[in-house]
Amino acid sequence: MSIDTIPTVNPTGPASATEGTPDRTLTSLDVLESEAIHIIREVAAEFEKPVLLFSGGKDSVTVLHLAAKAFWPAKIPFGLLHVDTGHNFPEIIRFRDETAARFGLDLTVAKVQDYIDDGRLRERPDGTRNTLQTQPLIDAIADGGFDAVFGGARRDEDKARAKERILSLRDEFGGWNPSSQRPELWNLYNGRHLPGEHVRVFPISNFTELDVWNYIAREGIALPQLYFAHDREVFSRDGMWWATGEFSTPREDETVTRRTVRYRTVGDMSCTGAVESDADDLESILAEVAATTVTERGATRADDRISAAAMEDRKKDGYF
Amino acid sequence: MTTTPTTPAPNPASASQSATQPKTLLRFATAGSVDDGKSTLVGRLLHDAKAILADQLAAVTATSRERGFLGGEFDFALLTDGLRAEREQGITIDVAYRYFATDRRSFILADCPGHVQYTRNMVTGASTADAVVVLIDARTGATEQTRRHLTVVSRLGIRYVIIAINKIDLLDFDRQTIEAVEDEVRTLAAEIGLEVPHLIPISALAGDNIATTSANTLWYEGPALLELLETLPSTEADTADREPFRLDVQTVLRPQGGLAPGLDAEEFRDYRAVAGQITAGQVRLGDEVEIHPAGIRTTVTGIDTADGPLDSASAPLSVSLRLADEIDTARGSVIAAAGTLPPPRRDLRAEVFPFTAEGLRTGQRVLVKTGTTTVKGIVTITSRRNLETSTLEDAEELAGNDIGLAQVRLSAALPIPDFRVHGPAGAFVVIDLQTGNTLAAGIHTPEENS
Repeated sequence: MSIDTIPTVNPTGPASATEGTPDRTLTSLDVLESEAIHIIREVAAEFEKPVLLFSGGKDSVTVLHLAAKAFWPAKIPFGLLHVDTGHNFPEIIRFRDETAARFGLDLTVAKVQDYIDDGRLRERPDGTRNTLQTQPLIDAIADGGFDAVFGGARRDEDKARAKERILSLRDEFGGWNPSSQRPELWNLYNGRHLPGEHVRVFPISNFTELDVWNYIAREGIALPQLYFAHDREVFSRDGMWWATGEFSTPREDETVTRRTVRYRTVGDMSCTGAVESDADDLESILAEVAATTVTERGATRADDRISAAAMEDRKKDGYF
Repeated sequence: MTTTPTTPAPNPASASQSATQPKTLLRFATAGSVDDGKSTLVGRLLHDAKAILADQLAAVTATSRERGFLGGEFDFALLTDGLRAEREQGITIDVAYRYFATDRRSFILADCPGHVQYTRNMVTGASTADAVVVLIDARTGATEQTRRHLTVVSRLGIRYVIIAINKIDLLDFDRQTIEAVEDEVRTLAAEIGLEVPHLIPISALAGDNIATTSANTLWYEGPALLELLETLPSTEADTADREPFRLDVQTVLRPQGGLAPGLDAEEFRDYRAVAGQITAGQVRLGDEVEIHPAGIRTTVTGIDTADGPLDSASAPLSVSLRLADEIDTARGSVIAAAGTLPPPRRDLRAEVFPFTAEGLRTGQRVLVKTGTTTVKGIVTITSRRNLETSTLEDAEELAGNDIGLAQVRLSAALPIPDFRVHGPAGAFVVIDLQTGNTLAAGIHTPEENS
């Protein structure tokens, strides 16, 4: 799978949208896509300055694709925002820049490294920068004057996310208050907020991991190579395969080997592990995901293994 | 509620294949309290559909052990209670959404807690549901809470109400006792004015009549719960042929200001389309439509999507429509099959469901959001529904979690249909003018409330 440089939204098109097809039975993906497009259009219409949080991961790539479909043939009427931890895979940074250029969108990058360099943030003893993203994210939202921030979070990812609204109100500190969420009824989204507050928007809340992969395959959406099986120098730690690199160096007792691996989620090199896999195309990834017995975050994310409430606590703090 | 888990085996090759096949979607909600075994039912459905993965099961089993569940027993509620406060207090606070699929269908389950703020949670969960499963403990039969739950689903016009009579294993599957409970439930449903719903005797704990019909209830001739859920038509699929076409305009797409990269500027020089999600019915090329508020008729000359033009499209697809005439259309405009648009009105006659502690009172000034329009409104409460007796009583204000009737005077006339007849286009939310909080849900029911 190479990075697609042709800016058409969907060269093949879903079966249900084929011209003249009499069969109106809508599939689950048709309905989920329509729901996401409706949400994106609502937010673009009702907010002053939305932005799309874009990490280059499959979920934010999916949201971007849906945004392009929502406004076709017009350009997406908002830009992209990325919080660069400084521990990203170089492939992801390249993919991010190429994608922004391909869609002709402004890209704002907030760098955790800047905060560490000038002392606003300190490196954690465990070396992970995942939780350090929150401050630069909140600052970038305030500095950019963004009142709506699209994200690719899904409710099937985590128990706390299963409880979060599609439009999730955040206070001036970016915090989520799970006990006072607005009820969300029918398709009537209430994005009203006070000055200083903003709203996080999750258009693919109702997609599952498998839905996202099925949708990517159906739509032919370009993804970073990391998701596909490739040879890489890795070492084993805590039951995960870690890439050797500047931000994840093996200890003396850890042996580096060359393995065929792929990533199920794309996060920092310092907290995202790979799985051994031969799945080098979408079809084989789909088969692998469908047969899996472990959640994507449980499999490969050290940041989610901390406690049952790891995600809830980070969200209350302003995290996605 | 405990049970002994069996580790879900990796899906066989055939199941993996089916996982990637296109499926239809059904959204349903579950209502009932922990005492009725609702968490157990949700856990059971996820488990039997193999939607609980090994690491989730391991985490829940470990926590169950910490909590004193011995011998590998398993607290299903831990799977669904996602918030720290819920786990600490051992209660479910908020609606949670769960996802699972069988070979035939994908499901979105809105898990509505029964104890705290039950009306708010039920109305929220049920608002997007094609079906609602109401749980009853077979040993206690229909309770006050059952009456409340059935009243809410009845008022909300849920198309498919399934009553699951749970814990029949504790009655030794005794047909006579279970059928007595069924009769009681039918009588209650009739009193509330609810059509006789589907009644299924189940044991969520033991799995009877969940995925397949049980050998313990050979006298029961209906389908198992999952079998029924797999075959119910979704609301949109079921009504697309009957309901008149309606689309609430979200935005107007005019790429002159900025064309998507790679498209031919010449080809789209005069392009203009109104974008929205089809609320009801279906639209075909060449259909005559009428437009609110312009009050003008025109013809549909294009049904566009990013994947290419369509000959027809039905709810709930998101599309863009090109129209034959240059008519003033903007966000909040409504496009409907000619001759079917309800006369615009400035007074809603509504059933309202206040959610917050402040409730809703006569004279209150609010915002009303319906479709893609938000207008100002003034509320007049006329009555409260007594949920113990299912009767209406005069009232001038409603407390949080009450249900009642109200008139809402709007600052602009809107073509809002009768919710009972036409569904979600007749629904609205009430928003606080100052804080922006969602105060209440409402449905326009002019026939029952004039």
